[in-house]
Amino acid sequence: MAVFPFSAIVGQDEMKLAILASAVEPGIGGVLVLGDRGTGKSTAVRALAALLPKIRAVEHCPYGCDPDAPATTCEHCAPLKRKGTIKSVQKPVPVVDLPLGATEDRVVGALDLERALSQGVKAFEPGLLARANRGFLYIDEVNLLEDHLVDLLIDVAASGENLVEREGLSIRHPARFVLVGSGNPEEGELRPQLLDRFGLAVDVSTPTDLKTRVEVVKRRDAFERDPEGFCEQWRKEDEKIRRRIVAARKRLPDVEVPDAALERAAQLCMALGTDGLRGELALMRAARALAAYEGDKKVNDDHLRRMAAPALRHRLRRNPLDDAGSGTRVERAVSEIFTQAA
Amino acid sequence: MLAPRERDPDPSGRDWQRAVQVAALFAIDPARLGGVRVRAHAGPVRDAWLALLKGFLGMRAWVRVPLSATDERLLGGLDLTATLAAGRPILQSGLLSSANDGVLVLAMAERLSVGVAARITQAMDSGEVAIERDGLRHRSATQFGVIALDEGLQDDEGVPGSLCDRMAFDIDLRSISPRIADATMAMVGNSEIVHARERLSATDAPDSVIHALCGVALALGVDSLRASSLALAAARVNAALDGNAICTDDDAQISAELVLAPRATQLPASDEASPEEESPPEPPPPQDEATSSTDDGKSALEDRVLDAAQAAIPAGLLAGLIAGNKQRRASVGKSGAAARSGLRGRPVGSRRSPAPRGQRLHLVDTLRAAAPWQRLRRASAAEGSANTRVLVRADDFHVARIRQKTATTTVFVVDASGSSAMHRLAEVKGAVELLLADCYVRRDQVALIGFRGRQAELLLPPTRSLTAAKRRLSGLPGGGGTPLASALDAAAALVDNLSRRGQSPLVVLLTDGRANVARDGSGGRERAQSDALQSAQQLALTGVPVMLIDTSQKPQREAAELSHAMRARYLPLPYAGSTQLAQTVRTVAQQEARKLA
Repeated sequence: MAVFPFSAIVGQDEMKLAILASAVEPGIGGVLVLGDRGTGKSTAVRALAALLPKIRAVEHCPYGCDPDAPATTCEHCAPLKRKGTIKSVQKPVPVVDLPLGATEDRVVGALDLERALSQGVKAFEPGLLARANRGFLYIDEVNLLEDHLVDLLIDVAASGENLVEREGLSIRHPARFVLVGSGNPEEGELRPQLLDRFGLAVDVSTPTDLKTRVEVVKRRDAFERDPEGFCEQWRKEDEKIRRRIVAARKRLPDVEVPDAALERAAQLCMALGTDGLRGELALMRAARALAAYEGDKKVNDDHLRRMAAPALRHRLRRNPLDDAGSGTRVERAVSEIFTQAA
Repeated sequence: MLAPRERDPDPSGRDWQRAVQVAALFAIDPARLGGVRVRAHAGPVRDAWLALLKGFLGMRAWVRVPLSATDERLLGGLDLTATLAAGRPILQSGLLSSANDGVLVLAMAERLSVGVAARITQAMDSGEVAIERDGLRHRSATQFGVIALDEGLQDDEGVPGSLCDRMAFDIDLRSISPRIADATMAMVGNSEIVHARERLSATDAPDSVIHALCGVALALGVDSLRASSLALAAARVNAALDGNAICTDDDAQISAELVLAPRATQLPASDEASPEEESPPEPPPPQDEATSSTDDGKSALEDRVLDAAQAAIPAGLLAGLIAGNKQRRASVGKSGAAARSGLRGRPVGSRRSPAPRGQRLHLVDTLRAAAPWQRLRRASAAEGSANTRVLVRADDFHVARIRQKTATTTVFVVDASGSSAMHRLAEVKGAVELLLADCYVRRDQVALIGFRGRQAELLLPPTRSLTAAKRRLSGLPGGGGTPLASALDAAAALVDNLSRRGQSPLVVLLTDGRANVARDGSGGRERAQSDALQSAQQLALTGVPVMLIDTSQKPQREAAELSHAMRARYLPLPYAGSTQLAQTVRTVAQQEARKLA
């Protein structure tokens, strides 16, 4: 089935920016997209897959290990590495869907049912976490995910490793993935622990001006009536974005983060009272990714300003006295701090 | 004349005509139009409408989903019998994939949980069912429309919003008399439906129609863009039914009446003096004229479509809009106090649990989980073991997931600071112990947070044990400052935790409300008080019932303010003894329990 092209999404700049930043720098820690119904949350996330450049991976490795990685815990690659017979292939970055109703055995992996039944052989069949290694794990309606799966994800996302102890199997394999989630907060709150795992969080709302709305409806309609034709029409634009992402990834290690920028980020986090260092780190990484994406050599105030809301809004203490949304609060703090210094 | 008269039988049969129209349109392209919410009681009218729709749909799939459908039935899973017979995993397809190319009929959709609705909408959005269950990984394409049978009595309880958002139509059959429903069955022939389907892909919609539908949606306060997309799809289907190659103004009008009118959350702002202060700040209609740059024909069309849509707003909804309250559609199911886990209640499936502790084992699912592995286990088992037994391992254990009416956990937050400790603490301790005895009888739990000096402390984690509570309580020292904010924060955190574990917490705060220690532990009455108010509002956000018992000699203004901030019940009990205190708490707890039941 054809996927709605990323470049054809109307407006929603903050969401697009956050998704692009995550594509450039997986270290940011993923994106959470929350918002109204019918705003194209999952459309945007699904469109991401088409924008990602290919990666090199060890041939036949169920976890898609990087052939150049120095040490590996992967039971498939470790022996090959010792023998020096590793073959690598190009493959697309995995973007794995975790559907609601998935059972634990499929998420973490379990005994291979087919082989157990037909050959009576005990073999491990990797699950969704294995497939998502080095890629993205997408959870639509993340706030409706069963609690025991949430616990499991929090654990694996923190350690980057999936430990399977079941059916007499004992397996440990790499599971480093970027969490991407979307959901409608009206339908259920997200666990704070899980919320914190997301590097960026964006709030999307329905556009209120007629022109934008007409454009959204038109493009959606055009896509539904002729998906292939529509994608073809936007292929070039998507291609441009992909090239920018590739270039930005190359540039990323050389993007400089001046002390002044670090100081700003720290000030901002202090003013907002965000807990822990995670917010500061996410903000710095996101600003750097944005600088790389836009071809700048240094992180500047503008980058910080634009990434402040997505990097920090979900780490604020909820303040019921303040009716403004958390995004507005971040913006207020940003304008205060940035004008002071200027 | 604008009074709601929705229960009157409609002699003109206009509502029935509209329902028939909806059935015909929906039958032409169920997947694109998403669905129909049918508000009706079970009865001859609804049956007649469903029979009509079934006729229109012809041989297409018609899959009924019972309210109790589990994930296994809904999404699909391992077909155990076939799997064991064949010696390889065989998939049993679920209801969602069986509905491919047809319709999914949801019985009692008003009681559908948000979770089930989300599984259905994910399949609608992606056009496929993704199964990652029972060792199986499978994707099967499916495209279907949904019939949500809504028997809800009040308009505000309802079908999950995520589902409504994806269904083009919303019809109300409650006002239609069975006589009319019988008489005028065939206004549209089946061959017309078939022809319309063939014509549909070649039917075009001019920009003017798209503009008009989007403009009307804005004017009526229909936020979701899906509504506009669905309206456009409906206009196109209507054109195909009428045999038009291009959507006409009539098609736009009918579509607006059927798709947009029932979703209205406000009346158009340009209308006479209607009180509309609560509508969002943007005044849509003037904007429209500016943006639809070209000729006047567009805004004229929009006016016409808007008038028609406005006239088609259901009477009950209209009355509410005129009364000035911006309607909000119920978005969440009544998941309220029902929670999973625990031992009593209605089973809602099972989950794997290798070490079930105090939970009920789901025997069938455990055996199901064990069955596929028998051959493998036999092979690897010690030779001496009997061959005939079923080999069940800890990994197979499944425990029943149970949805139950939850037990109440009363969280006492007791002010042990200097200002109230001396003269009330003794009575409070007594009351708490009396209540604990009572809680124990009802198998409820109790927790205790004490606060004095610089911080609050969880003195008694949630427990049923009266003994443990008594011991801890007797050790509660008094004196020091009043860190009210910290106490309320601690209460909010505990309450959140309890709700997640499926308990229904009730907070009982015993204080005089005069904070003098701020959240960060520093002194200063003013900071402390404003911090406390903020934390109180935070606590109110959890939605948990709170009761504030003012323990000071004279009722205090601060305590009343605090109580207001956290939407608590405020009870000044200056001379109350422990018995009276306990009795009051008991009454409130019972009232709350009744509310939830």
